[in-house]
Amino acid sequence: MTWLHFLSVSITVWLTLLFVFTIVPAVLGVSIGIRRLYLTTLLKIFEWATLRMEMEAKEKNQQLYKPYSSGIIVKEPPLSLQQGIQELRGSASCLHSEPEFEMADIFYFCRRGVESIVDDEVTKRFSAQELETWNLLTRSHYNFRHISLRLTVLWGLGVLIRYGILLPLRVTLAATGISLILVLTTLVGFLPSREFFLTEKVHVMCYRICVRSLTAMITYHNRENKPKNGGICVANHTTPIDVIILANDGCYSLIGQAHRGLLGMVQRAMVKSSPHIWFDRSEVKDRHLVAKRLSDHVADKTKQPILIFPEGTCINNTSVMMFKKGSFEIGCTVYPVAIKYDPLFGDAFWNSSKFGMVNYLLRMMSSWAIVCSVWYLPPMNREEGEDAVQFANRVKAAIAAQGGLVDLIWDGGLKRAKVKDAFKEEQQKLYSKISRSLDSCPDNCHLDFLIPL
Amino acid sequence: MGSRASTLLREEEIEEIKKETGFSHSQITRLYSRFTSLDKGENGTLSREDFQRIPELAINPLGDRIINAFFPEGEDQVNFRGFMRTLAHFRPIEDNEKNKNAAASEPLNSRTNKLLFAFRLYDLDRDDKISRDELLQVLRMMVGVNISDEQLGSIADRTIQEADTNGDNSISFNEFIKVLEKVDVEQKMSIRFLH
Repeated sequence: MTWLHFLSVSITVWLTLLFVFTIVPAVLGVSIGIRRLYLTTLLKIFEWATLRMEMEAKEKNQQLYKPYSSGIIVKEPPLSLQQGIQELRGSASCLHSEPEFEMADIFYFCRRGVESIVDDEVTKRFSAQELETWNLLTRSHYNFRHISLRLTVLWGLGVLIRYGILLPLRVTLAATGISLILVLTTLVGFLPSREFFLTEKVHVMCYRICVRSLTAMITYHNRENKPKNGGICVANHTTPIDVIILANDGCYSLIGQAHRGLLGMVQRAMVKSSPHIWFDRSEVKDRHLVAKRLSDHVADKTKQPILIFPEGTCINNTSVMMFKKGSFEIGCTVYPVAIKYDPLFGDAFWNSSKFGMVNYLLRMMSSWAIVCSVWYLPPMNREEGEDAVQFANRVKAAIAAQGGLVDLIWDGGLKRAKVKDAFKEEQQKLYSKISRSLDSCPDNCHLDFLIPL
Repeated sequence: MGSRASTLLREEEIEEIKKETGFSHSQITRLYSRFTSLDKGENGTLSREDFQRIPELAINPLGDRIINAFFPEGEDQVNFRGFMRTLAHFRPIEDNEKNKNAAASEPLNSRTNKLLFAFRLYDLDRDDKISRDELLQVLRMMVGVNISDEQLGSIADRTIQEADTNGDNSISFNEFIKVLEKVDVEQKMSIRFLH
């Protein structure tokens, strides 16, 4: 009997604490400052851990593993194919004035090929980035060898705290948040006219609870540029949590595929109180249908801005990859948003080929925290004489510049698909032009979309 | 809760690779990290598909030949030692000053060995001669469909004519070296690895 008694008392205490310290502030929108304290303490612990590892390494007279975040090789600014080949031929002896082919030509391709084997721009974007210092999580433990007893004890303590205290706490909060979304949005949906004030309040409150369930510390910059009705909000994509991060600070209409199961239930509930756009699997392929629904939504100025991730897939937050032009063809105002995560407290990137959704959420909830910065960029419109692709690239460059990310032309779809043969054929075409010694390229030569080898 | 490198590289292995290839300790650990990230099957070896997953390599006209150079004769998998041995050809020659080892044999990144690497890209059947057919194959890979067979044939003939000194209508390794004696092979076939 005393066992049961003890259990019920502890659960009551637990729930009260939870209520007072997290849910009430979330509802009221205030912050007590616990999270900030937590993060500063963690930072100090990480620094201490790194120092200890360095000391150990010095004692054993070995080198501490340096992650290759700064690169394995020195990559000089890439010479275009033409320049590279001409440099090679300049040094080779030319028996005729216009060489069509020199045996040395293969050196150019050879070196470029081996450079890409050692370090290429694309494949490293699809796995979590390596950290400079260890953050006491096994998942970010690469070649760090010099783990002393003290560090192991610290790590063990960390495991206990994360899985024993933080995880249950967060799961409870998440469950509360989701059930509140379901219940309250359905209730609001019953009201005669859609009260936007109430919808907004409900929406923001639920998302605040979800944010706390991840222990996310978000800093919003330039909030005067927040997306307005009748526009499209465009952001770089790292994880499904991006939606929660942005929705925490404003109401957006989401667009995506209609799912079944729990997610489907949540989707149907959300639609009752605000206009989201869910497509059936069959409709997704129909680009005109998608474009029509988007433009209809945007034309209605009372509707919230649509949130779109033009990359189409999750990238590891070190770069921004090709933006699909569909959302940029509609012709409305685009509000770019840059999201940058700090991976030290927990890497938010969802490697969908490695982890399923549930596994991913568990990992998120058992990391230390999610820390990120959100920048709202000034709205952009398509200019005269600019086509959708150029507009998309302009927006992408702005987001990359603000977030400190690398701007790549490569398609995020390369995560799963092979690169199109057309790119190789373009390289061959370029080389054969040199071989035929054509000194000028015809005007319609689309060199700007070519990736320099 | 899996860690990234399923097997850490042992110190003895690192020392052996250091002696054989001349790479430094930190370069070897970093390249090992790269090796494991390419190894999607997580079995300690790379297959041809693992290489072809690199988009920049897949669009390289000579991509398949370069990948081939990593695999020993007739094998489908390459382990880390083999990977490093092939990469060692691309170490800059100046780096040898820092790692003076008492190896009697020529270092893997000598000018001759770099040229041998390039020669093997042409010489698919490893008979130490680049025949007209082999030359045509490589030419076809580099130009794709943009040049006709006759034109390509005449380019090949002209190249062989210029290089062939002993009249056997194919290019031997020594003839290859002679043709390229003015080319700065040391610089063009080197990659600067960070320390």
